[in-house]
Amino acid sequence: MSHHVLSLAMTGSGGAGVMTVGQILVDAAARAGWYGLFRRSLGPQIRGGESAALLRFGHRPILSHGDSFDLLLAYDWGNITRFAAELPLRPDSVVLYDPDAGDVPEVIERTDARCVPVPLAQTAKTAPGTRANMVGLGLIARALGLVPDDLKGELEAALGDKGAEILEHSLQGLRLGAEIAAGLPTNVWPAADRPAPLAVPRWSITGNEAAGMGAVRGGVRFVAAYPITPSTEILEWLAPNLAKVGGQLVQVEDELASINMLVGASFGGVPSLTATSGPGLSLMLEGLGMAVAAEVPLTLIDVQRGGPSTGIPTKSEQSDFNIAVYGMHGDAPHIVCAPTSIPDCLSTVQWAVSAAEAVQCPAIVLSDQNMGQSRAIVDPPQPGGPVAARRLARLEAGTAYKRYALTNDGVSPMAVPGMAGGEYTADGLAHNERGTPSTQAADHQSQLDKRLRKLETLECEEIWAETEGDGAIAVIAWGSLTEAAREAVARANGAARLIGLRVILPLQPEAMAEALTGVSKVLVVEQSHGAQFFHFLKGHYALPATVESLHRPGPLPIRPVEILAAINSLKGDA
Amino acid sequence: MNQVLAPELDFTDYKSDVTPVWCPGCGDYAVLSAILKALAALRLPREDVALISGIGCSSRIAAYTSVYGFHGIHGRALPIAQGLKLARPELTVLCAGGDGDGFSIGGNHFLHACRRNLDLTYIVMDNAVYGMTKGQASPTSAADWSESKLTPEGPGVAPLQPLDLALTAGASHVARCFSGKVQALTQTIAEAIRHPGFSFIQVISPCVTYRPEMREYKTLVHESFTEPCTDRREARRRLIDDDGFSLGTLFKSVEPSYKPLRHEPESLDALERQFSL
Repeated sequence: MSHHVLSLAMTGSGGAGVMTVGQILVDAAARAGWYGLFRRSLGPQIRGGESAALLRFGHRPILSHGDSFDLLLAYDWGNITRFAAELPLRPDSVVLYDPDAGDVPEVIERTDARCVPVPLAQTAKTAPGTRANMVGLGLIARALGLVPDDLKGELEAALGDKGAEILEHSLQGLRLGAEIAAGLPTNVWPAADRPAPLAVPRWSITGNEAAGMGAVRGGVRFVAAYPITPSTEILEWLAPNLAKVGGQLVQVEDELASINMLVGASFGGVPSLTATSGPGLSLMLEGLGMAVAAEVPLTLIDVQRGGPSTGIPTKSEQSDFNIAVYGMHGDAPHIVCAPTSIPDCLSTVQWAVSAAEAVQCPAIVLSDQNMGQSRAIVDPPQPGGPVAARRLARLEAGTAYKRYALTNDGVSPMAVPGMAGGEYTADGLAHNERGTPSTQAADHQSQLDKRLRKLETLECEEIWAETEGDGAIAVIAWGSLTEAAREAVARANGAARLIGLRVILPLQPEAMAEALTGVSKVLVVEQSHGAQFFHFLKGHYALPATVESLHRPGPLPIRPVEILAAINSLKGDA
Repeated sequence: MNQVLAPELDFTDYKSDVTPVWCPGCGDYAVLSAILKALAALRLPREDVALISGIGCSSRIAAYTSVYGFHGIHGRALPIAQGLKLARPELTVLCAGGDGDGFSIGGNHFLHACRRNLDLTYIVMDNAVYGMTKGQASPTSAADWSESKLTPEGPGVAPLQPLDLALTAGASHVARCFSGKVQALTQTIAEAIRHPGFSFIQVISPCVTYRPEMREYKTLVHESFTEPCTDRREARRRLIDDDGFSLGTLFKSVEPSYKPLRHEPESLDALERQFSL
């Protein structure tokens, strides 16, 4: 990759302020013209514990982690062995470490990275009120060509109203850090020019915030919430912001209440959404099935984490694929889609809301912790986009309303309470066109047909996948691995092409066939132990004879270099 | 409840043309009739009323009315009803079901619906048995009720006390009725609909098929809660001497409901500016 991309990591145990430093650095860098990505690696502790800020910057949009880190700043080595695997280093990487925190651990030493001591804690002691994290910030900012004045605005924002004295102490820390930086050999720093100044302000947004904004843009005005890591930030963002657009969020007793409250609110005509993670999705399946049968639109965002059971709540995986696609009992056609990047969380959630409303069924959006809790500096998204527009019944006096009328496209115009003449009883029991419970084979068949038909007629051509390149090896990825795959494809010298699948259900056989034209081999990339996505693709799509799977469980993300190696291996097999 | 008055309708206008699945002699017929009569007496426009139910014999009731209805899944009628009421506060929302639906599988929602105290009316047709699955013990069956193949020596645990639970959890209108006394039931339902908060009515509604001894309940019930208490502690004291057959409105008090967060309106553009650097 070009030298205008660099990856930095900072480690420190609870209280070191690593995440604050990461936040200030990424925002200041963004204002200076850098694109950036900020991931957080956290342990299971409620507060504190070991943590790492994983940052990547570039002159062009950065939406994926890189292969390894150019620079690691270690405030201390707290529990480094637990997450050293998430910090791949090369022999030409540089490790800046505070000797006060002890010797360089063996797990770092064996990477052969160049270790350079920097006296952070000692320096902080020379200036009363100054903290080591600010010294470190002033130091590492040098890697991006930033000086203390570049950081001042973000520092003020981060400190809030803590007062002029604390601000001055912190600024002094930055200056001391910059002095240390200036004293280090210049070859410590990865070569990186400052980017051109910004013409238009960029956005600083996490996947979870983007998902919340997508919900609001799509027309969601009711949310029922039960907190669960790593999706809670969606709900916390929506609570005040929905209230500003005339909507509401209610915190409820459990996920069963959550999904069923959505059904009630949506039955009342209000576009509704919730966010959860794997354990919550498990509890919501029965309610989702009811929404399919009773034809009630709603949107559910699952920010995936390691599973099964409680799994690894704070770390990413893509292993809820099967439950999202196959989890409901009975034949239950529904929408499943997945954002392909942090900014795409906005547009994919927005689309899901409008699609659910258009075809009156639930939509599951599969995000993951990797996107949800990471922050990216991105260009502001285009305004507009699809908005919920439900097909409502036009009621005529003297004509009996049929809620589940068999229409050509399968979508039956919907009456909502308040509409005189549209009174009906929605039902999870098999029913006839009027909604009256029925055990008759013909009613069951025709309603199942109708519910499948409306999914088949859903327009997905525009958004079904991210595609790029025209190489003979198709890399099919999804979710947060799409951007890592894009990077690998870009480095494969024309051998590969990318298909980042965004619409998982309904199936898109024609679009897939077209995207696979000229493809001789397929590589499927995913973060699951059971290769769930691979088996789904093999089962539902016509693929070339050679289909390889690159998969592993979380939490270690699959890196571009690994995907590139798999592409090269397939190429060699010719 | 809804404030718009419908033209005067007969109670049969609130009835659908769907034939109930209930057994002859089931107490639920009378409950259905009382609900229809209460809606007619209050002159509620059909389109502004929704009746939400779960699963079980009594939960079939939603489809037997001509108002909007939702026959949902087992135990989840209250969340559906509350979601609807929050989203559409101008509607009159009723929720109905059985003792298994409301107190066993849906027990958690019952507690939290009482706490939330939204303006809706919850009618539980309590026959102390699971009828739809052919006669198993429910949370209100006696510990020694031994007529079920599933628990041949009885469930072996003391029955729940629904009125006590409702009071403790925060319901603001708590009553018990008997399906055999339709006039009192109709009046209580109408009062509950008018009450601005979560109204809970336990209706003793005999299952003549699996609990034939319930045919004699008409000789056991007695009007004991003649005037509702407005003090929650006093209401609980009254329950100490309750034999389970005391009828009437036990407790009624206007208390705060859950209210959604409100903010000054902002445009989408303004919301999005929070992300701009």
